[in-house]
Amino acid sequence: MKAEDVIRFCGRSLAGYPLRTGLMLLAMAIGVAAVVLLTSLGEGARRYVAGKFTSLGTHLLIVLPGRSETVGGPPPLLGQTPRDLTVDDALALTRSSAVRRVAPLMLGSAPVSLESRSREAIIMGTTADMFEVRNLEMAQGRFLPPGEVGRAEAVCVLGQKLRNELFGNGSPLGAFVRIGQRRFRVIGVLTKKGESLGTDLGEVALIPVASASALFNRASLFRILVQAQSREAIPRAKKAILQIIQERHEGEEDVTVITQDALLATFDRIFKALTLAVGGIAAISLAVAGILIMNVMLIAVSQRTGEIGLLMAIGAPGKQIQRLFLSEAAMLSLVGAAVGLLLALAGHWVLARLFPEFPLSVPIWSPITAVGVALATGLIFGVLPARRASRLDPVVALSRR
Amino acid sequence: MIRLESIERIFQVGDERVFALRQVDLAVRSGEYLSIMGPSGSGKSTMLNILGLLDRPDKGVYQLDGRDATHLTDRQQAEMRRHKIGFIFQFFHLIPRLTAAENVELPLTLAGVDPVARKECVAAALARLGLAERAKHRPDQLSGGQRQRVAIARATIMRPALVLADEPTGNLDRASGTEVIHTIESLNAEGMTVVMVTHDPELGRRARRQVRMLDGRIVSDSGAGHEG
Repeated sequence: MKAEDVIRFCGRSLAGYPLRTGLMLLAMAIGVAAVVLLTSLGEGARRYVAGKFTSLGTHLLIVLPGRSETVGGPPPLLGQTPRDLTVDDALALTRSSAVRRVAPLMLGSAPVSLESRSREAIIMGTTADMFEVRNLEMAQGRFLPPGEVGRAEAVCVLGQKLRNELFGNGSPLGAFVRIGQRRFRVIGVLTKKGESLGTDLGEVALIPVASASALFNRASLFRILVQAQSREAIPRAKKAILQIIQERHEGEEDVTVITQDALLATFDRIFKALTLAVGGIAAISLAVAGILIMNVMLIAVSQRTGEIGLLMAIGAPGKQIQRLFLSEAAMLSLVGAAVGLLLALAGHWVLARLFPEFPLSVPIWSPITAVGVALATGLIFGVLPARRASRLDPVVALSRR
Repeated sequence: MIRLESIERIFQVGDERVFALRQVDLAVRSGEYLSIMGPSGSGKSTMLNILGLLDRPDKGVYQLDGRDATHLTDRQQAEMRRHKIGFIFQFFHLIPRLTAAENVELPLTLAGVDPVARKECVAAALARLGLAERAKHRPDQLSGGQRQRVAIARATIMRPALVLADEPTGNLDRASGTEVIHTIESLNAEGMTVVMVTHDPELGRRARRQVRMLDGRIVSDSGAGHEG
């Protein structure tokens, strides 16, 4: 029997039972769509997190006060509070050749007001280097001016949202706002860059670190952001940072340095595992679809007993009947998989519309695997009904009308 | 053409062994027109199934066209059925979702004949049986007589040497039954060997050679004398 005749024959017999065929296609399609969509969500989540980390800046190291790692060894005899990180600590880090830029970050919260309008905002005290280190972009004006770090200049840069809330449509540049009890001149507005690791940059006001120190009356930094010279310099920079801080803190290694790459790699691994797990769970629905196919094919075999008997009588050997039923299962799986891919495409489109910022992406292996698994389940679960059909006794089969 | 030698077929029904055929000998020459008659359970259907290679005898030898057909593999038997034997059933056994033409085409399709040659062959066969206008109709749109003629077209599309008919008129009214019998007889006139199983004594008498069966044995055979 020619291949196109097999396809036509199977197609006709599938079309002959539209409801049954439709339901099987639906089951297969849902399975395939689930695999593709869920893996694409997982992959999207991975990219989302990766994107967040890259938007933090490149070759970034973060220095936090206090040790968060647990290291073996005797407990300290005297209670040990971590020393504060200071602006001087930050400036000292520039001594290392592996370090390109350093930006201290002091964090606090204070009301920002213009005339009668007032908003509670996060105040970031930092230096001009923050601009490069954090990959920031200006919508208007300029960033904090470079120069003497100790100078408490009364200028500020506002986040986009804060600007809108205070100024509406008016131009903020050159205007004075009140932060806490001090007046600051607005010299720039950040672009809407969205959220980055929990801090919405739209709702912050950036001021020079010395001003922040005066405003909050403290010297301790929230963290220090360090940009290494290159990706290769990151481990060297980490070592240098620990060494410099240790020297300055009387031999105590009381800071933690997180490298962005290490974080990124960890998250990457987690999300890849997650994507695989979710895809695996979705693949179970494919297996369920396979069992459904087997069930319905078994019913089909018993309904079409007479036809099978006739095929035998007009000279089809058992093998050929087996092939016909297997082809039917394969066609069901393939068409179901195609419908599933379309379904996934539609779902993808809808999701992309609903969450435009979420970087949905289909990993190339997922539709291929989904279709492969669909075809394999169809064939595996098609074997039993096909064998049953091929082993019918023609006399018995023909006696059933 | 056909030579059966001491054929036995035994069915196990519960604890009992039922002899469907006992020690049956039969020889049919090429081009004969033979009817097998007998009451239900006399073994005539089993005989037809064995002749059609749908069933295997438990004992004895069956020679078809000079070849031992008793010890063929499943594939070889299918091959013989495809090329040498045409079946006509009481209940037509047309595939309901296929048109008349497609039903007739089926044996050619299974044999892997080229589509263009197939179409010609089918059109000619349908025209010969007066079914040309019904080619595109599905079985449920045809009368019983037309259905059986479609089934006959299908049985003979491969020009088999042997046509086996099992109560071909059993499910038809008198008029269409007669028409079907004429069709079958014309096949015989073309040289095909026809073996027909029937209850109907009137139908059976039409055949040139009549075989009577009872309890799995041939009790009378009008043509046994002249051996082929």
